Amino acid sequence: MIRLVYYELIKLFFKKRTYIGFGIVLLIVPLVEVAMKLEGGRFLTIAMRGLSRDFLFFGNLFNGWFVAHQIMNSLWFHIPLLISFVAGDQLAGEATAGTYRLILIRPVSRTRIFIAKYITTLIYTIGFVFFLAGLSIGSAVILLGSGDLIVVLRGILILPEAEVAWRFLTAYLLATWTMITIASLSFFFSSFVENAIGPIVATMGVYIVFTVISFLPVELFEVPKKFLFTYYLNMWQKMFQDPVPWNEIKTGILFMGTWTLAFVLSAWAVFVRKDILS
Amino acid sequence: MKALVYWQEHHGRLFVMRETILQTRQLGKRYGKRWAVKNLNLEVFRSDVFGFLGPNGAGKSTTIRMILSLIKPTEGATEIFGHSLKSHRSEALRRVGGIVEKPDFYQYLSAYKNLEIVGALSGDVKRKRIFEVLDLVGLSDRATDRVKTYSHGMKQRLGIAQALISDPELIILDEPTNGLDPQGMKEVRDLIVHLSRDQKKTIILSSHLLNEIEMIANRMAIIHNGELVVQGDVNTLLDEGEKYVIVHAEPRQKVLSVLNRQKRILKNFSEKEGRFEVIMDFALIPELNKALVGAGVHVRALIPRRSLEDLFLSMTERTT
Repeated sequence: MIRLVYYELIKLFFKKRTYIGFGIVLLIVPLVEVAMKLEGGRFLTIAMRGLSRDFLFFGNLFNGWFVAHQIMNSLWFHIPLLISFVAGDQLAGEATAGTYRLILIRPVSRTRIFIAKYITTLIYTIGFVFFLAGLSIGSAVILLGSGDLIVVLRGILILPEAEVAWRFLTAYLLATWTMITIASLSFFFSSFVENAIGPIVATMGVYIVFTVISFLPVELFEVPKKFLFTYYLNMWQKMFQDPVPWNEIKTGILFMGTWTLAFVLSAWAVFVRKDILS
Repeated sequence: MKALVYWQEHHGRLFVMRETILQTRQLGKRYGKRWAVKNLNLEVFRSDVFGFLGPNGAGKSTTIRMILSLIKPTEGATEIFGHSLKSHRSEALRRVGGIVEKPDFYQYLSAYKNLEIVGALSGDVKRKRIFEVLDLVGLSDRATDRVKTYSHGMKQRLGIAQALISDPELIILDEPTNGLDPQGMKEVRDLIVHLSRDQKKTIILSSHLLNEIEMIANRMAIIHNGELVVQGDVNTLLDEGEKYVIVHAEPRQKVLSVLNRQKRILKNFSEKEGRFEVIMDFALIPELNKALVGAGVHVRALIPRRSLEDLFLSMTERTT
């Protein structure tokens, strides 16, 4: 299996499209951070203008952690798109290229090939999210320094500097968990079709529809939305609450895991039965 | 599984034990209401060059895809080296290599890398073996070039290389000369002959060209509309039935006169659409030509034809 994964990784990382996501992140993150540094904290002042009349703020609140948190907040829509770009190509890309005919006539079972491809997708997803984490946090802290993290959401919360690192680490682990669900959805669509564009469009379509249902304050959706994976997509944000709502996070992890399992098992069932006509 | 077959040789009759290495039983594939392949019973023996012949759309590729487990049959079964493809897929395919339709590769990778990937899926294939097969198909000097820089002929040869990578005993080639120029076709045919004669490989070769099969196969099957028409020894099948010569010559009266006089050479003849169909032994064609020319007939063509060719040509004409 290790050999199969190794060759899947070779196929993945020799392909140009694999680097599109990395390229975009590499471009956008430093751009945002430099822009914020040049703004010199005006962004934070605007965000807190309602509060500055009643509170006095001391210390370096406009720091690398704050910027890294803002980046994490703003990229949650775009990262699924970039991940589906690669995950959606994993199976459908072989069909498009006609290379199913090359690999599926070998004595290795389809299940083993499927597992190798899925592990590769996981490696890419985890690698991509942690690349984003490393780049955004590392460069932001280098550029803007460290300090307490101010979280402006429904209210204002200042997390001491000593707690920020582990909260970020856990938040990125949760974000990875949610992105694995998105990657699995895309992988599932990829098992059906013979064109890699289809899974990307389908993934984003489901993602948008489910997100709208999950966050629309409509009575009709109150019960069903709790069963959608998108309802838990932002669970990593709960790591910046105090106290951390661990029970809600546990529920989110469980739901996302169930959806992931459902997507992967469905994709496997399609893949092993699929007639290769391409 | 051993099968007893009756083998006729010109110096006598022998009983020869031949090993069946591939067998399909009542194999069929249905798409909706249409049967692409139906009740197909094929039998391929060790060391055969087995021609699998049929016009375009006859069901050859569907059959090959079922044999190589790309398509699940609707009914029937396939056994390769005595292993059921359904229940023991890995064992059945372990000693098989193949090309299905046009060979496609990871275009952004080199030929070497492509073969390394295929080799990893086929077993423990060493670097030395990769260069051996690249050398065999004449691509060793382009091993590190990306496949997207290859010509169609080179890709076709690389397709054969990937089929050979695990040194399989059975090689299945689906229309390997498709799209090649005459020189390329000859090279592929020579390679197949080399694999069969010198490396003792068993080869299944699908084609829509009867003459191609006639040149290199010892056994063949013809499929039409998804069903088996005939299966057997190439020479036996081609020698069965009537042999006749189509005569394009003029003037008509002189031709008729010669044909009526040459009862020793020909068995019978008929006139159809301005040409004559003469039932006769092909060995006597020069004598017929001599008689016609001697009588002052202007001979434009003498075309030997066999009933199997007619059958095949009629199938091909209906589908083109």
